[in-house]
Amino acid sequence: MSLRMPFGRGEEVAAAPLAELSDKPLAVRGLTVSYGQKPAVFSLDMTIEDGSMTAIIGPNGAGKSTTLKAVLGIVPRLSGVVTVYGRPLAKSRRRIAYVPQRASVDWDFPTRVIDVVLMGLARELGLLRRVNAGHRQRAFDCLDRVGMRDFADRQIGQLSGGQQQRVFLARALAQGADLYLLDEPFAGVDAATERAIIDVLKTLKAEGRTVVAVHHDLSTVRDYFDHVMMINVHKVAEGPVAEAFTEEHLQSAYGGRLAANLMDQLQLGGH
Amino acid sequence: MLLEALTLQLGYNATLVAIGAALLGIAAGAAGTFLFLRKRALVSDAISHSTLPGVGLAFLVMAALGGDGRHLAGLMLGAALTAGAGLLAMHWLTRHTRLAEDAAIGAVLSVFFGFGVVLLTVIQTVSIGRPAGLADFLLGATAGMLFGDAVLIAVAGALAVLAVWTLRRPMTLVAFDAGFAAASGIDVRRVDLAMMGLVMAVTIIGLKVVGLVLIVALLIIPPVAARFWSDRSDRVLGIAGVFGGLSGFIGAAVSATAPALPTGPIIVLTAFALFTLSMLFAPGRGLLVGWLRHHRQQRRIHLRQGLLAIAQDLPIYERYTLNLLVRAGLARPDGVPTELGRLRAAKACRDESRWAIARRMHSHEATVSRYDGLRPIEMVLTEDEIREIDRQLAEAGEGCA
Repeated sequence: MSLRMPFGRGEEVAAAPLAELSDKPLAVRGLTVSYGQKPAVFSLDMTIEDGSMTAIIGPNGAGKSTTLKAVLGIVPRLSGVVTVYGRPLAKSRRRIAYVPQRASVDWDFPTRVIDVVLMGLARELGLLRRVNAGHRQRAFDCLDRVGMRDFADRQIGQLSGGQQQRVFLARALAQGADLYLLDEPFAGVDAATERAIIDVLKTLKAEGRTVVAVHHDLSTVRDYFDHVMMINVHKVAEGPVAEAFTEEHLQSAYGGRLAANLMDQLQLGGH
Repeated sequence: MLLEALTLQLGYNATLVAIGAALLGIAAGAAGTFLFLRKRALVSDAISHSTLPGVGLAFLVMAALGGDGRHLAGLMLGAALTAGAGLLAMHWLTRHTRLAEDAAIGAVLSVFFGFGVVLLTVIQTVSIGRPAGLADFLLGATAGMLFGDAVLIAVAGALAVLAVWTLRRPMTLVAFDAGFAAASGIDVRRVDLAMMGLVMAVTIIGLKVVGLVLIVALLIIPPVAARFWSDRSDRVLGIAGVFGGLSGFIGAAVSATAPALPTGPIIVLTAFALFTLSMLFAPGRGLLVGWLRHHRQQRRIHLRQGLLAIAQDLPIYERYTLNLLVRAGLARPDGVPTELGRLRAAKACRDESRWAIARRMHSHEATVSRYDGLRPIEMVLTEDEIREIDRQLAEAGEGCA
């Protein structure tokens, strides 16, 4: 495993070890993504444990969001193998739910909250099946779980940033998946929304589902997550929070960009 | 004559042409809706201009084979080939070079159109076949259209409407959130190509009726006009179809009354009239309603602020506020409140404190987000809820009740 051709065909390299990862919700080997000349993510390995809540952290431009997008096939990967519950991505789409960054869509789009949540049922509905009362009820239930049921008929542009984020989470819930991938779910939301989102995520974990979130607030990593994946183009550290979320690793991922007093506040384990 | 045209009494052919134009308009409005929602409206302009060399080439080939050269299906096929080539060129340029889409559109549009104009000029000068009427493809003409041509346009238009209806769900999803669509396993590139393909189909069907210079208007104006009427994509889609259909029908019917009137411009002017009406008078997003809403809100806010000032014994600084209070019988011109004014001021102040409490209670989130400081609180909360708020208010010892 130590020698890997970074730009080679990932399948050949990873063919052997994939079998032993078969039960993991998400296994990534040798993932490289490049926009232009400079790799945004380089030869990244990542293994997500079943039933875990993992934070992907790292400085700006470290390739956190890119990693998620490459895993999902939204941006093309230069190399690397991705398996979801031991199967190739294309065969396990229905087990994945995704919450993109809020800023990635135009909120003036002519659509209502309930319609956005129903988009989570797109795979199930296919091209022609009509949206029936059952589908609608499920969408309402998902809105209920994020406290947004009363907003079902609003145009999405009328919502606050936090409410928009909760609608995105409701849409992911409607997907009824086992693995939840979230891109900065807590970015720019109010305290009430942050609480509502973390409650939902912890419920998902309690139900035995797996959560992976790109996260930027180091001060909440300990409270919200049990695993951490620290990257800065390359992988820096990976593992349970107690082992991987250390001062040494943070220094190495963020360079000198972290203030000393922040380190004290984080009450890091390890060193 | 005009009335007869609009009520389909100008004869069998003209009727069929009008129906064909209506179907074309519905398809154009519907397909254009997704182009508009995907923010790629101008792509259609490149596609339509790329059809011209195809028309010229198809004419040359058919004339060389000894035919008339003006066979509509053949010309449409030629147009489809070069429009497809233009679409691929644009796709390739944006994917493999650092050119942005608008630059690629400009490049493809002008080169293909220039090539087409050269071809048409050559055809006119070498005088093979019978090129009269070929220029109609620029601005559209339905006068003297063959029965078979009209049937072809009507059937193809109906098929395009059906295709848009079938693909509406993935196209909406991709237009709103391409990343999420891709993550759900939808092949975004294929959906985009299907959308472009539909636009291309509409363009080619519309060549004879609207002409390639103006078909972009029939694709874009109906959805833009429809957007004023609704905040729901399915309704925008339906309304855009209706607007497109109306434009096509009226345009074709009017143009049938005078053989010299080109169809395309009439259709586009009809669409423009619908757009103007929508922009001005649509409820919801129309300008007039927006203007009225703004002024009514301003009036109510001034009144509210005036009442709150009275309640707190503060002076009223703005002339407009005082005028409103005086006109409503709440204050005297010198600023002293009337009996009614004091009563209403106390109520306004109490409601303001109630709202402050409601804002802290999470269960009222949806209601509170509608707070505009103007609506009486009794209109949005139930009696029980207000009683509970008043209880908390008394507990906190706040407010001016």
